[in-house]
Amino acid sequence: MNITVTVNGQTYTRDIEPRLLLVHFLRDELDLTGTHWGCDTSNCGACVVWLDGVPVKSCTVLAVMAAGKEVRTVEGLERDGELDPVQRGFTECHGLQCGFCTPGMLMTSRWLLDHNPDPSEAEIREAVSGQICRCTGYENIVRSVRWAAEHSARDTEEVAR
Amino acid sequence: MQVPANFEYAKATTVEEALALLARHGDEARVVAGGHSLIPMMKLRLAQPEALIDINDVTELSHIRIDGGELCVGALVRHAELLDSAVVGEHFPILHDAERVIADPVVRNRGTVGGSLCQADPSEDLSAAFGALRASAVIRGPYGERTVPLREFHTGPYETVVEPGELLTELRIPIRPGGSSAYVKVERRVGDWPLAAAGAALRLAGGRIAEAGIGLTAVRAEHFVAAEAEEVLRGAVPSEEVFAEAGRVAARHCDPGSDQRGPADYKRHLAGELTTRALRRAYERCPT
Amino acid sequence: MSENGHRGFGRVQRKEDARFIRGKGNYVDDIKLPGMLYGAVLRSPHAHARLVSVDTTAAEAHPQVRAVITGETLAGLNLAWMPTLSGDVQAVLATDKVRFQGQEVAFVVAESHYAARDALELIDVDYEALPPVIDARRALDDDAPVIRDDLEGRTDNHIFDWEAGDASATDRLFDDAEVVLAQDMLYPRVHPAPLETCGMVADMDKVTGKLTVYTTTQAPHAHRTVYALVAGLPEHKIRVVSPDIGGGFGNKVGIYPGYVCAIVGSIVTGRPVKWVEDRSENLMTTSFARDYHMRGEIAATRDGRVRGLRVKVLADHGAFNGTAQPTKFPAGFFHVFTGSYDIEAAHCEVTGVYTNKAPGGVAYACSFRITEAVYLVERMMDILADELGIDPAELRLRNLLRAEQFPYSTATGWEYDSGDYPRTLRKAMEIAGYDELRAEQAERRARGDGPLMGIGVSFFTEAVGAGPRKHMDILGLGMADGAELRVHPTGKAVLRISVQTQGQGHETTFAQIVAHELGIPVDDVEVVHGDTDQTPFGLGTYGSRSTPVSGAATAVVARKVRERARIVAGAMLEAAPEDLEWTPGRWAVRGDPSSGATMQEIAMAAHGTLELPAGVEGQLDATTVYNPPNLTYPFGAYIAVVDVDPGTGKVAVRRFVAVDDCGVRINPMIVEGQVHGGLADGVGMALMQVMAFDEDGNHLGASFMDYLLPTAMECPSWELGETVTPSPHHPLGAKGVGESATVGSPAAIVNAVVDALSPYGVRHADMPLTPANVWRVIQGRPFRTDLAIP
Repeated sequence: MNITVTVNGQTYTRDIEPRLLLVHFLRDELDLTGTHWGCDTSNCGACVVWLDGVPVKSCTVLAVMAAGKEVRTVEGLERDGELDPVQRGFTECHGLQCGFCTPGMLMTSRWLLDHNPDPSEAEIREAVSGQICRCTGYENIVRSVRWAAEHSARDTEEVAR
Repeated sequence: MQVPANFEYAKATTVEEALALLARHGDEARVVAGGHSLIPMMKLRLAQPEALIDINDVTELSHIRIDGGELCVGALVRHAELLDSAVVGEHFPILHDAERVIADPVVRNRGTVGGSLCQADPSEDLSAAFGALRASAVIRGPYGERTVPLREFHTGPYETVVEPGELLTELRIPIRPGGSSAYVKVERRVGDWPLAAAGAALRLAGGRIAEAGIGLTAVRAEHFVAAEAEEVLRGAVPSEEVFAEAGRVAARHCDPGSDQRGPADYKRHLAGELTTRALRRAYERCPT
Repeated sequence: MSENGHRGFGRVQRKEDARFIRGKGNYVDDIKLPGMLYGAVLRSPHAHARLVSVDTTAAEAHPQVRAVITGETLAGLNLAWMPTLSGDVQAVLATDKVRFQGQEVAFVVAESHYAARDALELIDVDYEALPPVIDARRALDDDAPVIRDDLEGRTDNHIFDWEAGDASATDRLFDDAEVVLAQDMLYPRVHPAPLETCGMVADMDKVTGKLTVYTTTQAPHAHRTVYALVAGLPEHKIRVVSPDIGGGFGNKVGIYPGYVCAIVGSIVTGRPVKWVEDRSENLMTTSFARDYHMRGEIAATRDGRVRGLRVKVLADHGAFNGTAQPTKFPAGFFHVFTGSYDIEAAHCEVTGVYTNKAPGGVAYACSFRITEAVYLVERMMDILADELGIDPAELRLRNLLRAEQFPYSTATGWEYDSGDYPRTLRKAMEIAGYDELRAEQAERRARGDGPLMGIGVSFFTEAVGAGPRKHMDILGLGMADGAELRVHPTGKAVLRISVQTQGQGHETTFAQIVAHELGIPVDDVEVVHGDTDQTPFGLGTYGSRSTPVSGAATAVVARKVRERARIVAGAMLEAAPEDLEWTPGRWAVRGDPSSGATMQEIAMAAHGTLELPAGVEGQLDATTVYNPPNLTYPFGAYIAVVDVDPGTGKVAVRRFVAVDDCGVRINPMIVEGQVHGGLADGVGMALMQVMAFDEDGNHLGASFMDYLLPTAMECPSWELGETVTPSPHHPLGAKGVGESATVGSPAAIVNAVVDALSPYGVRHADMPLTPANVWRVIQGRPFRTDLAIP
């Protein structure tokens, strides 16, 4: 069936099977391979994207469910060539190693900071508790999100200038 | 990655439309909302529905409101919305306790209250929480609407009174002054299904327990409640001893099985221990 | 960025992050080639069954299916079996029997991933179920079914007996010892579970005869050689590309049947074939780790002097012996089990057996069975401390190797390179506030309410950087690694290495080594890896060997370049090379610093018209092969603090202090990250990760719903410290760190939980310490964690 989805501000129309998972729609139909998958059971969180402004696990959402809606992926974090503070935070604080969980972690972190600009360590840990990282032991992910909280978008712009 | 088999797909935007689609597609159609139980089963090909009726856009089922002395929760309310709702927390802290430990924050953004109840997993949390609260379920079908006490909602593992062609639309919980509630769960790890969990709702009057509700999950308690333990509490003066006795009775009357989460004797122990803890916490929360 | 000018060691931000934070990594499943087909594997639902028939008719009739490959197809190509890394053979696709649940039976190639999966449902397999061997402890029973009847003359499930140490000296010592204690313990089967599963895109170009495979491998060169041996393809016509890898932890060392199937699929169809396993396939069929049933015995004096250790191990190797061990060491480096202590005599015996479980056995940050060895000795130390009434930290301090004892020869034949163990443990105790913690514990115990507090100490010695080629090989390939360094005319450098990052940050660390040696900016060094057509031969990244072996190769090759630069600089400066003096980035005439030439100027001159001395070819490029003279021995002291809820059995890790000594730290930020990850692994293995099997051989941890990995909620904020004892034989003094924390941390947590439970008379509990297990241990009725819970 034909669906139209807005992804990172751009509108795409594709003819798909209803069973196509959103993660495959993004990766295979739109070539947006920044969104990964790591399990089949919605436990790992590598596939987290935003659907109408809310983080979801795209391995457990049908692409047809996104018809007429807006999706934001890791490729949509950077705005006008400016990295999002969470992207910078993960680099500054070594919040990633193999990079496989990173897109999902970034999407959840951005959402957390949008709703709670000054989260505590405990709040950050809870926010990413549905996402597995096998490399970092989470310590530097927490620090990265704190870094991003302390360097708001406006600060980033100032630094860039 | 595992992927589902093919199916027909239809999207409803109203309850009427959903019911019409269910009628058209017959017994082999399944309603899907959050999909976090159904879609993994479909990926494993353990579920192969011929048609999916998507009710994610049936916005009339997304309400949380107080109506006629009852808290009304639409079936499409997402777990995260229930957790975020101040009115829910004010009247029924048990629901916030439970929602905080259901799956994880991202899954809670998608999974729905109605979906969890209709999936009727024997380890599901909300069945125990709503059961403790003596909620009722509103079900709409081609011939109209009916209301079923939650304690009669489940007919077995993964089975409910919702018939093919029907749709769970709402949960209603009576609001009564003078009480409070709590939910306590033990899982192997954050986000895991419970080894056991207990919910307690207490209403006090004149220094005694006027009404008690105890919900249990993952321990094969009949209808997800501990009716015999509730009997122990009714009319009693609240105390550590009476909460402990209620725990002992609750443990005696459930029937857990062994699996890789834990052996049956341990789960039975938990049923008692967590019942006592939930009662203690609910009591601490009661207005003085 | 401020790091642009960084010229060496230190906290340099990672070069690889730029692509990962933008979602621009390039993992195997991201690769899409023109005309690419998709493969899927049909797997056995049985743990042990005779294969009666495989009917692929319906699958072949599926309009999108391009090929269905069975064991019979492969047998026709002489590819139905492949050699394992331990000299055994493993079925690629079953021909006679299936020997573990999830074993590969058929391979479908179709136009889409979804269609390939659909077609699996159309294959009709007739099995005749056979009784399985699930409990390793029953594998050698007289009436145990013989799993490997494919091997000629085989009448039992025995694989090997192996021993190390001096049995009679150890026995004599035990006979005279004042205190002898024994404990059975299980290090259960676990799985590394990198977040990215294993997969491949195989592309056979029929015109050129060249096979290119893009695959999740930690060891691209070793894979190339094995493919050449398995498939009979000429090795120069095989190119193995390991793109970005989403974690390995040992899981991506082995060669799996799916890879061979993808290659055959590409050969058969003439089109590229992608195969990527799903999570259940990953957990059920690829390299597991551990599965060691151990009996430890410790001999000591009453005043706490440890004298001897004796160990018997039953090792469950699954249905095919597929561990990746050096040939001489079928139990890996388990004989490092004397740990960090001065022990007079020790002996171990290891018996390997077949069971109806997945093959593998070395994966998971285990450094060749050192994880099991450390766990054993650290548990025995705590058991001894409990028996003698000596504080476990104090007992360790009395027995740890002291600085003046290095190099130290162990009773089982290792030569530890360097260390000062008591200093490291004291540092950990200081960070933890050990005495205060013990005081708090005593006070809480006296009060008698609330959670049970436990404090656990572990000390580990790792043996990494395999290894000296006369002792260590994989399938006959010596464990030495090459490096090539090219310096362009403008002084920018390209380093080519044989090892492959899976998150360790090689593109950064190895550039730092070159920058350090040549005195040029880190950003002026590009690191090329993960492509066998582009890099020198070497055995790859596992066993914490990248820095010890390849890092050494990089330092050596950079020094060769520096020496060439000295000759060129001599010609430029009209001075004898031996009269020149090196300061980072610059050769200058000794005593006249103003007369120098920078590396950039020298590089340009080396490529230019400058007349060079006779015998000097020009340019600066160099190559090397590094054959490590010994292993390196990182070590560390870990202290865990836990709270146990006796009413529910739930364990919470309150604090975790880790003091690692991995020698010189090239990039401390990356080192700390490696430690953090390993500590989380320790939490996982100690508290939740396990692969149990029911009596029919059904895998009870086949998805992330059942095989639990730690989240941010179970992990405390790690408290790290360091001591630095350089390795005397590594050119940079570095020792390697990737696996240290995974090796050392499980024992600390188990020791802490057992300490918390000691008021109940508990002296040991097997991992994982799930709530149910802990509660049952308190009741005095523990269950076997490797079998179905009864």
